[in-house]
Amino acid sequence: MYKATVNVTLRKSILDPQGKAAHHALTNLGLSDIESVRIGKLIELNIDADSKDAAFDIAETACTKLLANEVMEDFEITVHEN
Amino acid sequence: MSANFGVIVFPGSNCDHDAYHALAHVMNANAQFIWHKDTDLSDIDFLLVPGGFSYGDYLRSGAIARFSPIMQSVTEFAQKGGPVLGVCNGFQILLEAGLLPGAMLHNEQLRFICKQSYLRCETSDTLFTRTIEPGEVLQLPVAHGEGNYVTDSDQLKKLQDNNQIVFRYCNREGETTREANINGSIDHIAGICNQKRNVLGMMPHPERAVESILGSDDGKRIFESALHELAAV
Repeated sequence: MYKATVNVTLRKSILDPQGKAAHHALTNLGLSDIESVRIGKLIELNIDADSKDAAFDIAETACTKLLANEVMEDFEITVHEN
Repeated sequence: MSANFGVIVFPGSNCDHDAYHALAHVMNANAQFIWHKDTDLSDIDFLLVPGGFSYGDYLRSGAIARFSPIMQSVTEFAQKGGPVLGVCNGFQILLEAGLLPGAMLHNEQLRFICKQSYLRCETSDTLFTRTIEPGEVLQLPVAHGEGNYVTDSDQLKKLQDNNQIVFRYCNREGETTREANINGSIDHIAGICNQKRNVLGMMPHPERAVESILGSDDGKRIFESALHELAAV
């Protein structure tokens, strides 16, 4: 078994209203050293595959078909042996 | 023979009955519900993908509904030139299904917006707006949290060049002011059509504006246009 961790984030060119609101709140808290905030999603997939590469391929297919919308989101996959 | 309108019902659709009411009781059209697990659209002339929160908006609005069995049939129906109107969550589903370009972000101000909006019709060159003059202003309600339309600059230019922007948010006078752009959509976009012009997606709700006692009956204009066009076929 492998565990794939998928990070889905809004593309850099796209304004992130949630991140902007969180950044504003953090600044109000006095954490003025934080220059920007981007909010995304963390998705964990447990995958029954023969190899790490095969698990990566399955996770990549899951991302392109459903988990991320590439019009506005980027994704990054990390695979670990479970 | 009069046209048959189909209203698709997903788990979590909540404007399906409003759409059915508008079509069947106000417009006196033949309307029927179509469950998302059905696949037969052979007797349907016009499809309406209604608003709501299909599959609880999990993952992204419309992302899961797009894999419902009916959506393969909707895609084939659209590819053959069948008219498809997606309203609100229906618009989001059509985007996720790739029947329309672009995507939806959270509203700029991060609030769910539920209020009357004004739209400027930008083109009569669709079946949905044939009897509406460009520049005419319609008053329709909006109710959404993710209606902030986004697309890259190349795609936006294509939409503009091909006259695919069908409705823009405006004020009562029809001016596309900054304040009138209620959710921050790029280029004030409230509704777009595909290149073949038979698929329209829009965030405001024409089906909730068909009786003047409820604030506006401007939504009838869109259904009148469709009925007019379908009768002429």
